Amino acid sequence: MKRLLTLLALVLCLVMPVLAVSPDEMLDDPALEQRARDISAGLRCLVCQNQSIDDSDADLARDLRVLVRERLVAGDSNAEVEQYLVDRYGEYVLLNPRLNNHTLILWIAAPALLALGLFGLFLGHAASVIHVQS
Amino acid sequence: MAAGDCDAVSIEVGHFALILACAIATVSALAGLLLWRSGQRLAQVLAQASILQFVLVAVAFLAVVQAFVVSDFSLKLAVDNSHSLKPLIFKISGVWGNHEGSLLLWILILVLFGALVAAFGRRLPADLLNLVLGAQSLLVAAFGGFTLFTSNPFARMSPPPLEGSDLNPILQDIGLAIHPPLLYAGYVGFSICFSFAMAALISGRIDQAWARWVRPWTMLSWVFLTLGIAMGSYWAYYELGWGGWWFWDPVENASFMPWLAGTALLHSALVMEKRNALKIWTIFLSIITFSLSLLGTFLVRSGILTSVHTFASDPTRGLVILTILAVLIGGAFLLFALRASSLRQGGLFAPISREGALILNNLFLATAVGAVLVGTLYPLLLDALAGTTISVGAPFFNLTFGALMAPLLLVLPFGPLLPWKRADLVAAGQRLVGAAGLAIFLTILVSALGGISISLAPLGLLLGFWVTFGAFAELIERGRIGRIPVGESVRRLVGLPRTIWSTALGHMGLGLTVLGIVSVTAWETELVTTLNPGETAELSGYSLAFDSFEQIPGPNYMADTGHFTVTAPGGGTKTLEAERRTYVASGMPTTEAAIETYGLSQFYLQLGEPLDNTHVVRIWYKPYILLIWIGALVMAGAGVLSLTDRRLRVGAPQRAAKQVMEPAE
Repeated sequence: MKRLLTLLALVLCLVMPVLAVSPDEMLDDPALEQRARDISAGLRCLVCQNQSIDDSDADLARDLRVLVRERLVAGDSNAEVEQYLVDRYGEYVLLNPRLNNHTLILWIAAPALLALGLFGLFLGHAASVIHVQS
Repeated sequence: MAAGDCDAVSIEVGHFALILACAIATVSALAGLLLWRSGQRLAQVLAQASILQFVLVAVAFLAVVQAFVVSDFSLKLAVDNSHSLKPLIFKISGVWGNHEGSLLLWILILVLFGALVAAFGRRLPADLLNLVLGAQSLLVAAFGGFTLFTSNPFARMSPPPLEGSDLNPILQDIGLAIHPPLLYAGYVGFSICFSFAMAALISGRIDQAWARWVRPWTMLSWVFLTLGIAMGSYWAYYELGWGGWWFWDPVENASFMPWLAGTALLHSALVMEKRNALKIWTIFLSIITFSLSLLGTFLVRSGILTSVHTFASDPTRGLVILTILAVLIGGAFLLFALRASSLRQGGLFAPISREGALILNNLFLATAVGAVLVGTLYPLLLDALAGTTISVGAPFFNLTFGALMAPLLLVLPFGPLLPWKRADLVAAGQRLVGAAGLAIFLTILVSALGGISISLAPLGLLLGFWVTFGAFAELIERGRIGRIPVGESVRRLVGLPRTIWSTALGHMGLGLTVLGIVSVTAWETELVTTLNPGETAELSGYSLAFDSFEQIPGPNYMADTGHFTVTAPGGGTKTLEAERRTYVASGMPTTEAAIETYGLSQFYLQLGEPLDNTHVVRIWYKPYILLIWIGALVMAGAGVLSLTDRRLRVGAPQRAAKQVMEPAE
């Protein structure tokens, strides 16, 4: 009977939703915990839709939050923690993509569009000035 | 049994009405687009056909609503999305909380706008009306056909099950009753701009009268979209349970892009209406805005974008919808490429002028649309083309979008102060000295009181205050406030055209939203802890006592309810109830956060899962967060005010046009 209850409790644990950051995960050192929160906000919950692990209630997000804290306690810098996760899960885990060959177009798109627009306006203005003079 | 037969009949009547509406739309589209030169007689027929389409689709829609309300589970849609125990309001809103039903709502609004043009457009030139109603009917035929052939809301089930499988619990909220209809009214309203743009391109005629017609429709749609987005944001804020109000989720972006483009369109149509310039650009923006609305509605449905908003999608549907989008949008741009050069440009102006300022506005807004579009679609394209998966999330959008908005906000207050054609920047600057001084003073004050937690917070505050106060500069100038007796000033202000007030209010609303965003981003506080009944916690001077815990059954869920008392720093106490619900039919849990408002700030409390015989409690203090949505409401209100302007009410475009054509000062 006791085993049955334990089993039931286990099943219930799996079914019950685990919500974002729980007190039992949090670190005692407030500075370290704040770093963990900052890093978590930039990491994607891999099984969710566009949520950071800091916001997500998925079990995997919880695992990653715990992992981030373990690395911080082990003495990793923020960049090292991120690299640790990228090595394991790929760049997909980063919500803010790094600048590299794959993301060059992504990062220069907005400045390029703005520059193109300004150039177009300049040409249009020059044309209208010529139009008026002739 | 007799009642059941009657319901069954109403479903089939609805089904037939939708088929008939599509058939009429197909004929109207062919007649309107091919025989548009036929003049007044065709226009009358098309106008009547448009109104008939609306009546028929309304019948179809009401038939589905009826089936949901009486829980007629012979309708498959009701089985999949309803439950007999559900409260009436959620039975009704459940109609559009799914793929088929939301399409039907989309088409209902589409035909409603078509009918409105038909009803109010009697004074339009017959050729233009034929083309506009033809283009509008083409949209109805395309999406009506898509609904009937791939996503029929009238599919039946035999034998009918005894009970439905209920609606997704997160959607069982007053938010679902309001958010999608508002958003769709915004999206679909832009179809009018699109149809007018098609008409201009096909007929090759576009003038100020065209812009005068298009601008109110743009404004109306923009007001709906503003309210829809704000409503959706507030809904996510209180429903999803952790107090986030914007996530840069693909579907949010999809609604935000038409809003940005629509905002640009409002401003460029102004230039066209007053100065007969920017014609080609305005047409281009009309097409872009509606294309983005289509993307907003249907990219989600195609299953390409996965998000919390995705209803069950299947690949064939996705392919069909993408084909329809490609043909409609591609066709529109092809027409644009072929015909745009035939539209003659007019209205010369210097770079420093009202026109110049509005072009700058358009440059930044259009670039922002591009940035959000690239950020949303890039991961999909990279995955498809290179097989590399990356994520583009909130940090990327905050950076790129913020960098584009900062200069826009900086130059915004100058715009309304510049006269048309040629302006003096120094003169405009002098009128803004007061606003600038006030903004700098308040920024220093708030930064000193609140502390600088984020290095960019003072810049954000400065821009927010600058835009908010700068918006009043034109009113102060026109009312000659401080230079003439107060009574005289008030008389002058009351007598101003409503568009002047609308501009000032709209810009002020934007400033308020910026201030709310900056404040909550920089000074929000959070506490995650475990509490038992009888224990207390403290956050930002607010004290929270956990009074009691109980389990209460709701109509179709079980609720774990926590009763709390919160004591404000000033001493007043309020009782709060936070819930975790488990829905009977689906077993899905939701959290109902408790929110207490203090002025413009909110105290946000969420009851978490049980942990080792205690309860996890999350509390946030969100300073001035309500400004985000109040700003949006002010913007929407400004839009409504502009719609009540004299030139629209009186309906005497010739005379009114002369009045507003006068130089600004």
